[in-house]
Amino acid sequence: MTVADESALDGNAIGGLLFEVFGTEMTAAVAVCGSCGAAGPMAETVVYVRAPGTVVRCRACAAVLMVVVRRREQNCVDLLGLAALG
Amino acid sequence: MRTIMLSVPGWAGHAAGQHLDVRLTAEDGYTAERSYSIASAPGEALAITVERLDDGEVSPYLTEELRAGDEIEIRGPIGGYFIWTGDDAATPLLLVAGGSGVVPFRSILRHRHNLGSRVPIRLLYSARSLPDVIYQQELDQADDGVAVIYTLTRQQPPGWTGHAGRADRQLLAEVAWPAEQDPMIFVCGPTPFVEAVAAGLVGLGYPAQRIRTERFGGAEGS
Repeated sequence: MTVADESALDGNAIGGLLFEVFGTEMTAAVAVCGSCGAAGPMAETVVYVRAPGTVVRCRACAAVLMVVVRRREQNCVDLLGLAALG
Repeated sequence: MRTIMLSVPGWAGHAAGQHLDVRLTAEDGYTAERSYSIASAPGEALAITVERLDDGEVSPYLTEELRAGDEIEIRGPIGGYFIWTGDDAATPLLLVAGGSGVVPFRSILRHRHNLGSRVPIRLLYSARSLPDVIYQQELDQADDGVAVIYTLTRQQPPGWTGHAGRADRQLLAEVAWPAEQDPMIFVCGPTPFVEAVAAGLVGLGYPAQRIRTERFGGAEGS
């Protein structure tokens, strides 16, 4: 709980977006950080929705886990910060 | 503050604690989307409770302009983590709400009632003042086994004997179930509120895995 500022939300806030991207409920899915290895439900990640695009960060180390940018009705999804998701 | 009943053809039902997204589209194609917790229990007519934010893009329309019969675009139900199914009858619940963070808890309390569940629940509800308390009449008539504890952060009515001030560690220690009972804890409110309460609970020895949090933005505080 060291990285969140007042504009940060959490993974619950992007449940709809995640459903759109993955086609299923994802807030209870476990996300494993590719930087520090912390594992926890997607719902407990730190989420910025007012960045250019949606940025999901690790609650333990603040590394970027996921970025979703919407362009011409398409979601461009970057999952490189995740070691595992499921 | 306004509670809006929604009639959604083909709605598959929802779980207590879930939310939905409302999307508004302007004539020029500009869209704004916001999430709102579902205020009704599973099986009840779908309802959301919306707090008007002065600088909001969506809430002023929903609270002031939307009329019965109007159509809006929604997506949901959403969420599989911040939910309470009622299946676990042995685990007491602690619900901690900041401001309109009480909305999903209203769904949980109504769900408990409709199920005839006897799960012990304590709801700690932090609001700015008594008039800011949502669903007060309903909460004051809570079932046996449900305790609602208010704390009023900015203004207390004359003769107020309840709590005043923030939901700090001292108040949490007083209200929360003993850690030995291994309660399930849900915290919902504006981000700074949730951060403070979650840190306080972890400091009191409740395992982080038993604390489920949901943050929202845009509120003036609680």
